[in-house]
This record gives sequence, structure tokens and C-alpha cells, in this order.
Amino acid sequence: MITLTRRYRFSASHRLQSPHLSDAENARIYGKCNNPFGHGHDYRLEVTAAGEIDEVTGQLLPLAALDRLVEEQILPRFAFRNINLDVPQLSERVPTTENLALVIADLLEEHWRAYLDGTGARLYRVHIQETDRNGFELLIARASRPVVAEEESVKSYA
Amino acid sequence: MTMLVTRKGEFSASHVCRIAGLSDAENRRIFGESAHPNGHGHNYIVEVSVEGDPDPKTGMVIDLQELKDAIEEEVVGPMDHRFLNFEVEPFDRVVPTTENVAREIWRRLDARFQNAAARLAKVRLFETADLYVDVEREGLRA
Repeated sequence: MITLTRRYRFSASHRLQSPHLSDAENARIYGKCNNPFGHGHDYRLEVTAAGEIDEVTGQLLPLAALDRLVEEQILPRFAFRNINLDVPQLSERVPTTENLALVIADLLEEHWRAYLDGTGARLYRVHIQETDRNGFELLIARASRPVVAEEESVKSYA
Repeated sequence: MTMLVTRKGEFSASHVCRIAGLSDAENRRIFGESAHPNGHGHNYIVEVSVEGDPDPKTGMVIDLQELKDAIEEEVVGPMDHRFLNFEVEPFDRVVPTTENVAREIWRRLDARFQNAAARLAKVRLFETADLYVDVEREGLRA
């Protein structure tokens, strides 16, 4: 299997506070990350695509198209933003880096075809370093891409 | 229990990504700045992982010297301070994208470990700190 990974950066602030927990529980669970005024990180986002090498271009995907996808659809939503206040998908969910990875993966999947259709490459992994010490990795289930094909084949049998 | 052992190597090389027969504009559209005809260079970093069971006597998956020698003889020696397109097979006819260089490193090392106790599991090639390609044995993460 061959994958290509590109790293991007964005700086954002957040506060970890769950509406399902009391103030005391929030303080206990999230510690410093529960500071009422929030705090920020220089996040590093790794986007990994899996696919086949095009024998003519030698590329798994056109790098410029992946960069455009991330620079147009992902980074502007998070860079220099307060995640709790400025990212609607995370206004109701605690903006842990786990949840952030899930939201970014959904956005990448949503816009993938508009930028990378025809390349045969699929989203394979989203990895976020919140700091040098904290990393979070989401492997995209293989089923999440071929669902369309499966639905089509089901229809053809119906 | 199967374990992975990873060793890192570094080589600095120049390359140019162009397809013969395409116009300047087309090459630039596909490869961006990497298509500039006179070439440019990178400090490549390669991480080579082999997998196997630790030997009950030595406690080692592989003699690290063997892994070090393989990386030196198959990758760093032939590629360090070279212009890949002109000096390293098969890049006179295969575009030396990160993908193709990673695949070539896999090919060279996989052949080398065919008869060894440990087998090649993964090659990770960094072209820059922000771009890397992994080539790994099918089912490695299963």
C-alpha cells in the first residue's frame, strides 16, 4: 500500500467545557484546558491519502489540488479562530482534538471529490498534533469511500 | 510477537519532475515549481522498518548493522549528493516524484531482505518536513 501525507499548520484557541458536566467536574476532567478564558495551540494537521501511483505523472494525486482543498476548505475555518465560538460544528461539542479530527475528516470527505475527483486517491488518515507532545490520529474506515458503489450495486440487484 | 524495527537514513539529492514530450506549461501545471528544468534539491529522510520476531537468543529482530548496511548500500550511497534524473536508475525514464523515489527504495530494500529473518515492512520517505510518502506491506496495519 502506498500513502502520501501532507502537513499543514493552523493556530487557534479553544476551551474544553462540556455542557453535560458540572463546573467542578469540568475543572477536574479538563484541568488547565478548562480555563474560562480559553487558550491556544499551533496545531499541525497531517492529511494522508491512499491510492495508486499514476504511471505517467508518478503521482498518487496532484499535490497542488490537495493543497487547494485544505487551504480553501479547511484552514480558513480554523486559522486564527476561536474554535468554540467560530466553528459551528464544534459549538455544541467539546472542541477536544479528537472532535476536531472528526470534523476535519468530515469536511475533507465532503469536499474531496470537488478537488480530487478522477485521481483515484481516497482520504486515509487525519492526524493532528495539538502540541509536540499530544497527537491524535483518525484512520478513515475503508467502507467510508466505496459506500456509493455498494449502494449502486444494491440498486442494480433490486 | 512480531515487532517493527525502524532505522533512519538521510541523503541530499537534486531532481526535476518533468514528463518528456509535454510542454513547459503542462509540466508546470502538473508538477508546479518542481518542473523547473534545471532542477533543485532536498534533504531527504528515509525511515526503514523491518518486521519479525525477536530471536530468542539475541533478543533482536535484526542485527542493526545489517539494516544500517542495507540503507547505506542501497539508498544513501547511490543517491546522496546525486542528481537523481541523471545518476540514479531508473530516474532517467521514471519521474522522481516522492512517490516514485519511495517505491524505488522499497524495491531495492525488499529484494535485499528476501532471504533474511526479518522482512521489509515499511518505507517512509520525507521529501520535506511537510511531505512524506509511506510504502508498506499489505495488511501491515490490519
